[in-house]
Amino acid sequence: MFQAWRNLYSKSDNAKAYSLLSPALFLIILVMLIPMALMLSFSSFTQVSMMEIDFTPTFQRYIDFFEKSLLVSLLIKSVKISFIVTLITLLTAYPVCYYIAFYVKKNKMLWLVLLTLPFWTSYLLRVFSWKIILGTKGVFNSTLLGAGIISEPLTFLMYSEEAVIITLTHAWAAFALLPLYVSLEKIDFSYIEAARDLGLSKFEVFWKVTFPLSLPGVIGAILIIFIPTVGDYVTPALIGGTEGRMLSNMIQAYFGKINNIPLGAASATIMLTTVILITAIVSYTTKRLTQRLS
Amino acid sequence: MNENFIQINGISKHFGNVKAVDDVSFSIKEGEFFSLLGPSGCGKTTLLRLLAGFEYPTNGNLLIDGSDITALPPDKRPTNMVFQNYAIFPHINVEQNIKFGLRKLGLTDDEIKKRVDDVLALVKLEGYEERFSGQLSGGQRQRVALARALVRQPKVLLLDEPLGALDKKLRDEMQLELRTLQKEIGITFVFVTHDQQEAISMSDRVAVMSEGKIQQLSAPNELYKNPENIFVSDFIGETNFLKASTKSKDGDQINVAIEDLGDFKVKNNLNIPENSSDVVCSVRPESMMISRDKSDWDICLEAKINQTSYLGEMTRFYVEVSGINKVITVSSQHFDNQSFENNTCFISISLEDISLLQKK
Repeated sequence: MFQAWRNLYSKSDNAKAYSLLSPALFLIILVMLIPMALMLSFSSFTQVSMMEIDFTPTFQRYIDFFEKSLLVSLLIKSVKISFIVTLITLLTAYPVCYYIAFYVKKNKMLWLVLLTLPFWTSYLLRVFSWKIILGTKGVFNSTLLGAGIISEPLTFLMYSEEAVIITLTHAWAAFALLPLYVSLEKIDFSYIEAARDLGLSKFEVFWKVTFPLSLPGVIGAILIIFIPTVGDYVTPALIGGTEGRMLSNMIQAYFGKINNIPLGAASATIMLTTVILITAIVSYTTKRLTQRLS
Repeated sequence: MNENFIQINGISKHFGNVKAVDDVSFSIKEGEFFSLLGPSGCGKTTLLRLLAGFEYPTNGNLLIDGSDITALPPDKRPTNMVFQNYAIFPHINVEQNIKFGLRKLGLTDDEIKKRVDDVLALVKLEGYEERFSGQLSGGQRQRVALARALVRQPKVLLLDEPLGALDKKLRDEMQLELRTLQKEIGITFVFVTHDQQEAISMSDRVAVMSEGKIQQLSAPNELYKNPENIFVSDFIGETNFLKASTKSKDGDQINVAIEDLGDFKVKNNLNIPENSSDVVCSVRPESMMISRDKSDWDICLEAKINQTSYLGEMTRFYVEVSGINKVITVSSQHFDNQSFENNTCFISISLEDISLLQKK
C-alpha cells in the first residue's frame, strides 16, 4: 500500500507540487478563506438587539450601507486619501529610484538600505513619532513659533486629513521603492541609448521608453500602497481625529462599541469589492497606457 | 567621392587613468565599408561610441561630411547605430520599432509608410510587422535593428559587433548579405568586430586597433600580406615567427640571419635598419609547402610531424624542424596525416613569403 503511494507520488508532478504547497494552502484556508466566508455570511444577517442576531439571509445590510450617507462618504474619503498617498509616494519614490538605478555606480545596495532604514522601526512607533512632530506642541509648531514665523500653533497639522496623508505617505514609501527600483534597474541602458540614437531628446526618451518599460514596477507600487492604505485604521485612529476618520475606523466601531456586526461585515465586504475593482481598473488602464505611449 | 567623409582628428578618450582611445587620427571615405578590428579592450567600441555621441572625447574633434559633430548629442548626429544586443524595444512591435526613429524627421504618413515598406523589403522582413522582439530569432532581431537604423537614411551607419550573437552558419550568410546591402544602398558603414575573418571578408579597409591606438590601416589583402608590425601579423590569420637579425641592405632587400637557419636575402618593405637584432621573420602556414621529398625552394628543411589537425578544406601540421627546437605550423590541402612515413617530411619556404618585422 505504502509502496503504491510512493510510486504514484514519484510519478506525479502535481502530487509533488501540492505536497510542497500544502502548509501554505492550509494556512491560507485557515486564516483567509474561513474568515472571509464568515464575513460574507455575517453580512447577510440582522442585528436585532445587543446580544441577538437574526440569521435569516438578507441583502438589507448592503442597502443600509448605501442609505447611510456617512458610510458612503467615508468610503469615498478612504479611497481619496489612499489615492493621494499613492500619488505622492510615486512622485517622490520614482525619481529616487531612477537616480539609484541609472546614476549610482557603486554601492546601490547601501543606498537602498539607507532609504529603507526608517522602516526598520515598527509602524506604530512611526505613527506616534508623527504625532510628536505634527502636534500642537510638536516639533514643527514649536520650531515655527520659536522662529517667530507664526504666532499661534498650526492646528490643521494634527487631527486632519492632511496629517493622515503625510503619515501614511511616509509609512508606506519604502514599499514603493523596491518594486520601482527593481523595474528601473532591469532596463537595459542600450534601450535608452538606442532611443537617443533614433533622434529622441532625453525628455522624449523617458516618456517613450524608460517610463513604459518601468510600468510593471509602477503598477506594483500602486497596488502595494493603495491596497493597505485604503483599509488602514491605525493612522486615522491615532492622528486623524474626526476630520481624518476613514471607513475602516467605522467598521471597527461596528464590530466594537456600536455592536452591529452584520453592517460592519457588509461595510468590509463593500470595501474589499471596491479595492478589487480599483486594482482591476489600474492594471487595465496602465496596460492600455503602455500601448498608447508607444 | 569624398575621401575625408569622416575625419577623426587627434581623438583621445580617457576613463580615469585608462586611455581607451589614445590620440587617434584617420579618415573614412564616403560609401566605404570600414572596419575597426581588435581584441576586446582595444578601444574600438569606445571609438564607435564617440562617433555615435554616447561618449564625448577627452581631446580631438570629429567631422562628418565637413561639419564638426564633436559636441553634438546622439539625436543631432547624422549617424545611426546597430547595437551589439540589437536593443529592439520590447514593449512595441517590429513596425513600431522601425517607425520609432521617423517621428522626428517631419515626414508625411505616406512617406513614413513607403520608407517602412522599403526597408522591410530590403532586410527581407515583410510580414513580421506585428511581431514583438520576444517572438523573433537572433537573425531576425538583427534585421530589425538594421532596418530601424537604415530607415532614417543616416549618412553613416555604425555597427557594434552585430553578428557576434549569431551561430556560425547564419553569421557567414549575414556577412555576405550585409556586404551586398551596403554596396546597394551606398551608405558609409563603420563596423566594429573582434573577428579578423569577418573584418577581412567584408571591409574595403580595416583599422587594426590595440591599446587605444591604430596599429595598421589598410585594405584587407594588404593587412594579410604586408603586416606592418608583429601585433598585426599575429592578430590577422596565423603565422610563424622566426627570430632573426638584419645585416646589410641591398636595394629594396636586406640580408638577414634567421636563427638556426642561416643567412638569406628578403624584401624590406618596412625599411628596417641594418644591423638590428630586434627583428622577426613571419611566415604564414599556408605559404609553406610540405612534401615527402626534398624540394628546390629557397629554404628546404627536414622535419618531423608532431601533431596534425584535420580542418576539412585543409590539414594543419605541427612540425619540429630537425636541429631546431621550434614547432612550426604548416597547412596543406594535398596531404593528410597518412601521407607521411615515420612522420618525416620536408617543409619548403620561398623567400618571397617572408615578412620582416620589427619588434617593439
